[in-house]
Amino acid sequence: MENQFFVDSEHLSPAALEKKHLLETDPSSRKSHMEYLPGMEVIESDVCRQVLSQMEDYDPSAYTAQDVRTALDHDTCSIEDFKALLSPAAEPFLEEMAQRARMETSKHFGNTVYLFTPLYIANYCENYCVYCGFNCYNHIRRMKLDLEQIEHEMQIIADSGMEEILLLTGESRAQSDVQYIGEACKLARKYFRLVGLEIYPVNTDEYQYLHQCGADYVTVFQETYDRDRYESLHLQGHKRVWPYRFDAQERALRGGMRGVAFSALLGLSDFRKDALASALHVYYLQRKYPHAEMSLSCPRLRPIINNDKINPLDVGETQLCQVICAYRIFLPFVGITVSSRESASFRNGIVKIAATKVSAGVSTGIGDHESKYTGKEDDAAKGDEQFEIDDDRSLDTMYRDMSGEGLQPVLNDYVYV
Amino acid sequence: MKNNDKLIIGGHEFQSRFILGSGKYSMKLIEAAIRDAGAEIITLAVRRANTKDQESILDHIPEGVTLLPNTSGARNAQEAVRIARLARELGCGNFIKVEIMRDTKYLLPDNQETIKATEILAKEGFVVMPYMYPDLNAARDMVNAGAATIMPLASPIGSNKGLATREFIQILIDEIDLPIIVDAGIGRPSQACEAMEMGAAAIMANTALATAGDLPLMAAAFRQAIEAGRKAYLSGLGRVLTRGASASDPLTGFLRD
Repeated sequence: MENQFFVDSEHLSPAALEKKHLLETDPSSRKSHMEYLPGMEVIESDVCRQVLSQMEDYDPSAYTAQDVRTALDHDTCSIEDFKALLSPAAEPFLEEMAQRARMETSKHFGNTVYLFTPLYIANYCENYCVYCGFNCYNHIRRMKLDLEQIEHEMQIIADSGMEEILLLTGESRAQSDVQYIGEACKLARKYFRLVGLEIYPVNTDEYQYLHQCGADYVTVFQETYDRDRYESLHLQGHKRVWPYRFDAQERALRGGMRGVAFSALLGLSDFRKDALASALHVYYLQRKYPHAEMSLSCPRLRPIINNDKINPLDVGETQLCQVICAYRIFLPFVGITVSSRESASFRNGIVKIAATKVSAGVSTGIGDHESKYTGKEDDAAKGDEQFEIDDDRSLDTMYRDMSGEGLQPVLNDYVYV
Repeated sequence: MKNNDKLIIGGHEFQSRFILGSGKYSMKLIEAAIRDAGAEIITLAVRRANTKDQESILDHIPEGVTLLPNTSGARNAQEAVRIARLARELGCGNFIKVEIMRDTKYLLPDNQETIKATEILAKEGFVVMPYMYPDLNAARDMVNAGAATIMPLASPIGSNKGLATREFIQILIDEIDLPIIVDAGIGRPSQACEAMEMGAAAIMANTALATAGDLPLMAAAFRQAIEAGRKAYLSGLGRVLTRGASASDPLTGFLRD
């Protein structure tokens, strides 16, 4: 079973369609995904080699129930133990894994759950990533908020009580340059205690600049750690350069950011291998930068505008739960974020086991917070969403629901120093 | 039992020897926890108090309880000093627990940076309570830097593993003239009791309570354990419990003058 990602828009010119089809069907028409483009900083690091060698050696089918048993008996979870917990052999142990995960979560995080919201400020994108709603061949309403519009959105979100914000853009340096994102960070510092960024990967000095503008956390999703699969999904644009993306978190930390977040997009490739690589990416970087705060997300593929058939294939809720429990047991100290891609019932359940952060009041579109938060319709232009969300609870509802689950919702646990 | 057995920190007197953490659990439980713990000091992460949330932690702390803000989130002395000053601005008083971590996995304190921060903050008039890895030389430096107490860890934060550093904490108790408050890693009332029997001046606990099924009940259990340990220490422990053995026949009985 495979997802059918290719969709032709009637709005594309014949020349554009021809190029699109060529990219899709002829690998030789595509640039190398392993070669850096001009301006991309290369850093010396052995983290990538370590992660890849573990991932390439990993055969999930080689693990047995006994390996899983042994892993659960260990006080400290080794890499081998973690591999067993991610394997199909661990599925019958899911309840036990959840119990263990819950214990580790409560030791490190007690009964708290952090709340945040994303703010998309632009959806222009120069890349052709076949599964993404923002991809440059997808016919959607494009938009980039100006600073006044950004501030307006921020006011509405801040009025709802939110104190942590994640600023996002489509991946277009031309439309959303670093300066523009920096100005958005400065505005965000006025309204929020904590500002995170999920933008295209940049160089160390640019991360340093964005940190000075007020951002302190950087999220970059690797999408898939399987380089061949990555090549066949990211057909055009700077995002196609796999190694530059891989080193983004390390550059962000060198640029002075307090924390970094990681993820594979589950459903794109072998999810067990991708989960292994995501966690090891955290593991090896933590050993190198022990002061840094680290967190993992665990998104699954979602439908997008013009392609409502996209789904996470073999990554059901059970498998997702297994991955999250394994993350928690292997890396008890890391934050785990579960986004609004997942249902309310899944999120209510997983926060009691292993997740430490959930989003609320989410829109993945551009400039639509006023209508979504207040119900007030206006004539202002809007940009379309990156993907369809599942859980659309507001901050108030989420706060109440999390309290109802016996958890203490936390809006801020951070000081910018 | 000695009368008037008070804990004195920076000239302030306390009856209770149980310092309660406020992180990791519901604010609604804080008042009950303080009451049942009989606590007079409660810690507070400045990073958590730095909120516009309608449900501020400060509103849940009864009057008369001393706030002990901590500098959690600081990665060096400079950041700890900044957070301490922010605590003062937020109206949290003059007490400050210096916590400096350069490791997000085990949250082990950095003694060197802690010494530096202690010196700066003591000069600014703070009652400085440094959280530290139990090392005698570092503790002496913190004393000289103006610390009001020394707060060695028993085992890694949140581990509930008890007195993993027992021998080194005993050295601090024996050699340092300030109150030694055992902080982090105490998972059970019995472990708190043991630390008090050793001569610790007080116990700080958070996760052990936060993760208990009945938080106020566990707070009460800790209170009793700490009081029991203190009484045992003051009573002069019987020889079974004291360090080293004592022979029933005197070894020096052969001496003739």
